[in-house]
Amino acid sequence: MAEVVIGAGETGPGAAIRTHTINFGPQHPAAHGVLRMVLEMDGEVVERADPHIGLLHRGTEKLIEYKTYMQAVPYFDRLDYVSPMCQEHAFALAVEKLLGITPPPRAQYIRVLFAEISRILNHLLNITTFGLDIGAITPVFWGFEERERLMEFHEAASGARLHANYFRPGGVAKDLPPGLTDRIMSWTESFVCFVDDLETLLNENRIWKQRSVDIGVMPLEEALAWGWSGPCLRASGAAWDLRKAQPYDVYAEMDFDIPVGRNGDCYDRYLVRVAEMRESVKIIRQCIERMPDGPVKTQDHKITPPSRAEMKTSMEALIHHFKLYTEGYHVPAGETYTVVEAPKGEFGVYLIADGTNRPYRCKIRAPGFAHLQAMDRLAKGHMLADTVAIIGSLDIVFGEIDR
Amino acid sequence: MTTTLASLAEEIATSCPQAVLSWQERRGEIRIDARREHLRELMRMLRDDPRFAFAQLMDLCGVDWPDRLQRFDVVYNLLAPVPNRRVRVVVATDETTPVPSVAEIWPAAGWYEREAWDLFGIVFEGNPDLRRLLTDYGFEGHPLRKDFPLTGHVELRYDEETKRLVYEPVKLAQDFRNFDFLSPWEGMTTLPGDEKVHRG
Repeated sequence: MAEVVIGAGETGPGAAIRTHTINFGPQHPAAHGVLRMVLEMDGEVVERADPHIGLLHRGTEKLIEYKTYMQAVPYFDRLDYVSPMCQEHAFALAVEKLLGITPPPRAQYIRVLFAEISRILNHLLNITTFGLDIGAITPVFWGFEERERLMEFHEAASGARLHANYFRPGGVAKDLPPGLTDRIMSWTESFVCFVDDLETLLNENRIWKQRSVDIGVMPLEEALAWGWSGPCLRASGAAWDLRKAQPYDVYAEMDFDIPVGRNGDCYDRYLVRVAEMRESVKIIRQCIERMPDGPVKTQDHKITPPSRAEMKTSMEALIHHFKLYTEGYHVPAGETYTVVEAPKGEFGVYLIADGTNRPYRCKIRAPGFAHLQAMDRLAKGHMLADTVAIIGSLDIVFGEIDR
Repeated sequence: MTTTLASLAEEIATSCPQAVLSWQERRGEIRIDARREHLRELMRMLRDDPRFAFAQLMDLCGVDWPDRLQRFDVVYNLLAPVPNRRVRVVVATDETTPVPSVAEIWPAAGWYEREAWDLFGIVFEGNPDLRRLLTDYGFEGHPLRKDFPLTGHVELRYDEETKRLVYEPVKLAQDFRNFDFLSPWEGMTTLPGDEKVHRG
């Protein structure tokens, strides 16, 4: 509690007004996890927002230093747990860069396919819970139905709904089951109708617009200075997308557009995400149409495991398997900062290898960290209820922010 | 691509020679080793000079090299969206010498520097708010240092008698087992006894 005495106040000289401090979270349903935010309020207006993060800090970076490269992959699922595969993608690309290998084409198509499915999963969760935060209950019921369909695709490919551990350095863990691409293809047709329906619920909804238009405006210059990326930066007007600007895997061959906002407010961030889902559907279709046959991981069995059948007959394959699952592979000394366009923005892995089987240092650059940091800038002067809208529109997930 | 990246690094080095110690270009990434004292100068130039235009500080992190005299590296990953380029700036420091903060150049640096202070104990001079960020209130030590044990020193539990949370020295039913799977013929370059051979 701070007591501020102002000089000649409106109610007479020397009138004292209290700026009071409130705790937003850590158990607030609109805090999207374990955000504790200390808000200094002047009445109902936020004067200063001080997010306290780290309540979900698990020491991922430290743990990775004690694991082999293959054992480190599952930790990436547990960062941003609503878009697990995109983060494995960054780590896989970083390790591949240091190893100097390129996964076979089919693996690259599968990765892009599932990175886009993850993007839709993430945006569906964000848009619908953002709606829930500011009073729209229906989208969350509709959206989670679609999410469940996508989770089934995740499960069919990797065996797990959430923590997939599917993208590995050198390719993907296993090939897609037969018929999955057809199911995904038929899903894309119904999903476009779903996005239309979702937009009719929200786009011109009076309450939705009252709560989100002109709330939490971030001008482009400042968005850049705050290290923003992804849909939040695009909503501020920058046509910056790493899938186009610094393409990885087969994104260079994909034909899609970058949706850009104009005002950088909560409403634009919502619109950009909806438009991105439509673009993701385009990419998914192109992936399925063009996906070649062939191996799904590098055929160098010093890096990827041999098939079970091969192990039963080949001594060399057995040795490879044993060495791979005990010692792992050695990554030549070097460093790289490798990025992917995760659904939330630029997800980077700064990996230092020292030539052994374990990373020497693995710094994880989470997009939400930079977005949440600007909370004070965004919330200042807004009402308390608007901070909820701002947090919802930033797409905060604490798994990746706290690491 | 390689030539343009190398020429960019060369240009940075010639534009701010007092700050740049060395540069190298590997795997399509530029790394510039900088002098701590001139860091702000260099960073300001990288952001404001239209030839470089590194508008974004995407990442800042510490790295611990306990064997070195200056044991920490502070790594800045910069991004210039318009010419679409990245550069990595690295400065070295030790436990006590502060690194100039770049929070006034990129506000994004504020939390990243807090994180590096929290996890490594690197001091940033000029950061307006250098509190701990990720670890618990009242945490002691800097967990990402190589000499900090993986299991930590204390654990937290709810005490039924006093009805509050208490910290206790960490007790594990089974000690952390740090398996060393390195092949002796790959991991070790000198086997025990070999020193006599090499002395030869």
